[in-house]
Amino acid sequence: MDNLFNRKYVIQVLFIVVALILLGTLFYIQVASEKYFIAAESNVLKKIYTFPARGVIYDRNEKPLAQNEAVYDLMVIPNQVKEFDTAALCRIIDIDMKRFARNFNKASAQSRYQPSIFERQLSVQVYATLSEQLSRFPGFFVQSRTIRHYPDSVAAHFLGYIKEVSPLDIQNSEGYYRSGDYIGKSGVEKSYETLLRGERGIVNMMYDVRNVPKGSYAEGRFDTAAVSGDRLISSLDLKLQKLGEDLMRNKVGSIVAIEPASGEILAFVSSPTYDPNLMVGRSQGNNYMELLKNPNRVFNIRPIQGYYSPGSSFKPLDALLGLQEGVIDPSMTFNCPGYFKVGGHTVKCEHVDGNIALRMGLARSCNTYACYVFQKLLTQRKYPNQRVAYDEWQKKVRKFGLGEKLGIDLPSERNGRLYDAAYYSGKYSKYWNYGTVISLAIGQGEMDATPLQMANIMAIIANRGYYIKPHLVKAIGKNRVIKKEYVKKNYVDVEARHFEPVIDGMQDAVNAPWGTAIQSRIDGIVMCGKTGTVQNPRGKNHSVFIGFAPRDNPKIAIAVIVENAGYGSTYAAPIASYIAEQYLKGEVSKYKLAQVAWMKSQVILPEPPKPKVKPKPKGTDSIEKVTTPVLPDQNHTKSKPIQITQ
Amino acid sequence: MINQQSNNRFFFNVDWVTILIYIALCAIGFVNIYASIPQVEESTAFNFASNYGKQLIFIMTGLVLGFSILLLDAKFFSIFSPIIYGVTMILLLVVLVVGRNVGGNQAWIPIGSFRLQPSELAKFGTALLLARYISSFNPKLNTLKPVLIAAVIIVVPMCLIMLQPDAGSMLVFLSFMFPLYREGLPGYLLIIFWGMVLLFILNLFLSQWVLISIILILGGLFIYFNKKKHQRMIMIGIIMISAIGYLFIAKLVFENVLQPHQRTRIELILGLKTDPKGAGYNVNQSKIAIGSGQLTGRGFLQGTQTKYGYVPEQSTDFIFSTIGEEWGFAGCFVVIGLYMFLLLRIVNLAERQRSTFSRVYGYCVACIIFFHVFINIGMTIGIIPVIGIPLPFISYGGSSLWSFTVLLFIFLKLDSNRMGFI
Ligand SMILES: [Zn+2]
Repeated sequence: MDNLFNRKYVIQVLFIVVALILLGTLFYIQVASEKYFIAAESNVLKKIYTFPARGVIYDRNEKPLAQNEAVYDLMVIPNQVKEFDTAALCRIIDIDMKRFARNFNKASAQSRYQPSIFERQLSVQVYATLSEQLSRFPGFFVQSRTIRHYPDSVAAHFLGYIKEVSPLDIQNSEGYYRSGDYIGKSGVEKSYETLLRGERGIVNMMYDVRNVPKGSYAEGRFDTAAVSGDRLISSLDLKLQKLGEDLMRNKVGSIVAIEPASGEILAFVSSPTYDPNLMVGRSQGNNYMELLKNPNRVFNIRPIQGYYSPGSSFKPLDALLGLQEGVIDPSMTFNCPGYFKVGGHTVKCEHVDGNIALRMGLARSCNTYACYVFQKLLTQRKYPNQRVAYDEWQKKVRKFGLGEKLGIDLPSERNGRLYDAAYYSGKYSKYWNYGTVISLAIGQGEMDATPLQMANIMAIIANRGYYIKPHLVKAIGKNRVIKKEYVKKNYVDVEARHFEPVIDGMQDAVNAPWGTAIQSRIDGIVMCGKTGTVQNPRGKNHSVFIGFAPRDNPKIAIAVIVENAGYGSTYAAPIASYIAEQYLKGEVSKYKLAQVAWMKSQVILPEPPKPKVKPKPKGTDSIEKVTTPVLPDQNHTKSKPIQITQ
Repeated sequence: MINQQSNNRFFFNVDWVTILIYIALCAIGFVNIYASIPQVEESTAFNFASNYGKQLIFIMTGLVLGFSILLLDAKFFSIFSPIIYGVTMILLLVVLVVGRNVGGNQAWIPIGSFRLQPSELAKFGTALLLARYISSFNPKLNTLKPVLIAAVIIVVPMCLIMLQPDAGSMLVFLSFMFPLYREGLPGYLLIIFWGMVLLFILNLFLSQWVLISIILILGGLFIYFNKKKHQRMIMIGIIMISAIGYLFIAKLVFENVLQPHQRTRIELILGLKTDPKGAGYNVNQSKIAIGSGQLTGRGFLQGTQTKYGYVPEQSTDFIFSTIGEEWGFAGCFVVIGLYMFLLLRIVNLAERQRSTFSRVYGYCVACIIFFHVFINIGMTIGIIPVIGIPLPFISYGGSSLWSFTVLLFIFLKLDSNRMGFI
């Protein structure tokens, strides 16, 4: 029986071993592992976000362009809803029973214990009526938040719009955005999203197992308050912008006005435009679909997306590069018999001026003169061949901001088009020379520029040799910060002295009796500019004017394009002159008001597109190719001469 | 005069240390049940209708019950043990007819507002009869017939409880194996039994063929090292063959006899399945609550998992999660320490008994409590399947508290009388 007596130790050891197993496991899950502690916190804690007001956007004189307005969302907590007069509620918020049922089921599906949005963005009137009777509808309450409001309904393309985030936005933001948040989808609202949105406030709330809130965590020690978004002061001049939009009403095209000294964009008109308030509120989706139906593509941001042959506006560059390279001087003349011939190419000129020098050549927009300069540039002895010469030439042209994005603070800017020598060598092997690309001399052929790039060329000439990247926001936040890249001078490597003869020519174009835009002269202000008429293979030519004013110490550089409007002097030049006058004098001269009114009333819309045109991709980012360049086909040496009119 | 003396002796002889541990555990239970009430509304007034209020009444009545047992004659339990056993077996039959179905188990007999749980009574009924059988007949437990008789005493209530079906309570009766072992049941029977349990679990965990190869390799090694001893070789051969046969039967039983939810529970606990929102939800939440207590706990009434109702059945089967969350590892250590102290104390008290009846009964008490503690705590920390049995003296509920009180105090009475013969 000694044997049996010892068994008491076996049993006691068993007890102790099991106790140690339990304690060991407990030690692991309680002390050694953090996992369960973290899981417990995530069980109980939920972050409740409070939304900051979005940053207000002002014009350059600090008049609001985009501000915030309170709206009221009707919320519901499904499990708190008791029997009530559904018909009455539907009547007040103006929905039918079907929509009521749909909304309610959607809310219930989200959570039975937590508030969900029942009906969005009630108007102030509806809110007033509803809040008086809210006690009749248990489980319902109203939550206010702010939405965008655009008091002057201008500058839609500049402002862009905000929209509820898509699942893709949430994914791309690596968890910053949450369902129901708003995000800038285009324009400044998009490019300055991170500044405008502000910082969300966080309240750490504790919830019980049924998702009923149980108060704030740790007396709110880890909570943060919402911080409003930064205010933006844009470079736009509200009055100028409004005038521009009015002048472009019922026309298709762009106006870009830049303050040359600062690169600040004063007016940014893309026509057709829309009321930015349409992209806010309950009918945003419907309005958007409606706007998409416009055949002239309302959402195209033409100043940075429209492609046009720069045409005559390119000619000052020929002269500038010629002077800088020393292949011409201001007094050197070329004979214009009304055309320029090289190989099989003929570039026609609208006039027969005989011997013509720089000043007159620019004032009269002589194609022959431009071609001669181009020829001289590409046949310089210092280059082994013309292909190398061309490559050097296009590099110099790029310095003027052509062929590449200028880096404006808006999304979806396009490059424009300018090819390097390798492109042509790929196309023609070795068998090409200046004659092959002669149309580039007059800003035609395989070259496209956006209206912003054209306006920027004027800013460069106005500044006599440099530009500051054009931009739309001049100051961010209370401290009025400006991005570094928007104060830096970009030199084009042409000496300042070479600009004066060129500017002389441009001055004559607007102010001399033989100039092409003499009708658009402004009393007391010397405006320099050039008209252009850009060939449009799909319809009437586009009317173009580029210029700056005043000649000395220029305050405004401008590009105006009116599509399908014919001669530059009829539409684009007068529009530019009204804009310049408005900006420089604060108003347009009284005697011109009738002209301004007439201009506003003009309807110049392209013929509706033929149905066989293949559909373009939808969406705001789709781009319309405005002008197809006309390139002389090398296989047909007797090809039709390029028609350049002025 | 004699009466006076015996009264003095009575209080002198009762093991007050055990009673103090008992009261300490009950108090810990009360405090944690109080903390486990989901905070619905702020009410400062003490409420007797609430769980903690009721538990206080249960504890008070339990103490009265316990001390009245101390006043009974010690011989009563030995003499009436067959009758007590018989009555509890009848109650186990009655509950199948009139019982109220709670959570799939027909375990309760409603008597007015009170609910009687016969399986609780069956525990000490069986313990008493087992003690009586061994003390009266002094059977040799290494022979077949006494083992069978003892097995019948244990298996009858197990079968009746399984009809409810209440697997948790049924499993507790396996604890009677250890008192039998103490009284002479051969150790290899225990090893075979628990070996079968282990194989059953391994069978689910590993591939059957891996297991068979392991058995063959181990058996081969044994035979190799016992070449000369033919008898052992045959023994090992028989064990190997029966083990392999058992594997196939076990798999068959698991797949065809067990109910799907039982299978899922076993699979979840073995980590063969993960389903944090399904059957494993309770355990997962319980582990989170206990784990979040860390070393020193969040403090009384500060447990967020407890307060906000994240652990289901928290005042009853999962009361240990409240202890773990609010008192941390330190609190768990104290509670397990108290249980160990109690168990070792009972075993040592049992060993000092002159009467076999008292000793066997003492072992039964210790082993029943041990099983409850092990299974319950093991369940809350996820090392044992979810088997719904209460934590002795701590879990909410009158039926369980009283039956443990009676179980313990009968032993204390027997112990206080250890000098006498029963
Ligand atoms: Zn000419």
